[in-house]
Amino acid sequence: MYTQGLSGPVDQPDQGHDPEREARFQARIDAEERIEPNDWMPEGYRRTLIRQIAQHAHSEIVGMLPEGNWITRAPSLRRKAALLAKVQDEAGHGLYLYAAAETLDISREELVDQLLAGTAKYSSIFNYPALTWADIGTIGWLVDGAAIMNQIPLCRCSYGPYARAMIRICKEESFHQRQGFEIMLTLARGTVAQQAMAQDALDRWWWPSLMMFGPPDSESQHSDRSMRWRIKRFTNDALRQKFVDATVPQSQFLGLTIPDPALHHDPKSGHWNFGPIDWREFRRVIAGDGPCNRDRLRARRAAHAAGRWVREAALAHAAKRRARAQAAE
Amino acid sequence: MTEAKWPLFEVFIRSRTGLAHRHVGSVHAVDAEMALQNARDVYTRRGEGLSIWVVPASSITASDPADKEMLFEPTASKIYRHPTFYEVPDEVGHM
Repeated sequence: MYTQGLSGPVDQPDQGHDPEREARFQARIDAEERIEPNDWMPEGYRRTLIRQIAQHAHSEIVGMLPEGNWITRAPSLRRKAALLAKVQDEAGHGLYLYAAAETLDISREELVDQLLAGTAKYSSIFNYPALTWADIGTIGWLVDGAAIMNQIPLCRCSYGPYARAMIRICKEESFHQRQGFEIMLTLARGTVAQQAMAQDALDRWWWPSLMMFGPPDSESQHSDRSMRWRIKRFTNDALRQKFVDATVPQSQFLGLTIPDPALHHDPKSGHWNFGPIDWREFRRVIAGDGPCNRDRLRARRAAHAAGRWVREAALAHAAKRRARAQAAE
Repeated sequence: MTEAKWPLFEVFIRSRTGLAHRHVGSVHAVDAEMALQNARDVYTRRGEGLSIWVVPASSITASDPADKEMLFEPTASKIYRHPTFYEVPDEVGHM
């Protein structure tokens, strides 16, 4: 579903600094060539990509939790089938992304261990609870909408395997946003109680959705370098503005009110100006103190531990079958 | 105690009859049979394929990007391998 400009510290300084090779590497990037797994790359490029792709993969996997919670409570079979397909997509997206990260010389097991140990980050948005059915609509409409905004430029990312994974993901993601908007439209055209439920969900998800684009450009430490390496093509603030401009008319169509008294259209720039974002909340949620951080990690750890015997049994079964086949030859 | 890792398989899919199988990504699985099932779930959720190949990633031998010039550069000067190298008068028509 999503990657966020979390800009954690990039570990140690680059090792084996080689200005000549770095210049040749940058020239390839500037010529819009794609970098492939076995090509030479600066250590910082490799580490930045591992961190970003892993955060993105973890977000897909953790992102299944708030929605999975509603599969058995979906209001109709049609909604249930759609939600199930969406959650399956998130699992698939996580797997494409782990596979892309593995081309950078790190194993999926290491990445999963980092998530479970709490040392890897994932998108802050999944630390908010999905309290009502309208939340499922809002997640599709806003959260997937913001994700798409963020991910389309990643289809042209300089690293080939990541860009190719993103092309697949973006194709599939469009259904997610549309199914969410359809849920919102149904509620908005429903009873007074349903309309109130839709408005309540928008009230709770609006600001966290804007935070999905990451810290403001003035505070985004690694933005410049990622832009130079064409891992990133637009700044956090530019994408956030694009999202607001696209979403405000949709909320008007739904007859819902965006919970921002400062929101107004600026005829000069053509943009929707919005009020200040509470970055303290963002930092608190990223640091592990959001409404659901502990629940999410607890659920992932429990699933991983409960699945361990299955992983081991499958390996043992495959080894036994191989041994039998060899004995029969 | 560290868990044993599941092997990696590369996945190739034929999207339509008449087309070659094309690399789409990779999956982890304990054996080839499970790799096929996983590839089906991960890479063909929307009718993307009619046939799947899975190959243990360790079985693939790849050329080294460092040898790119040695391997591929010599063909750049052999323009006589292309039809446009040869002159055929217009009167002869399409050939």
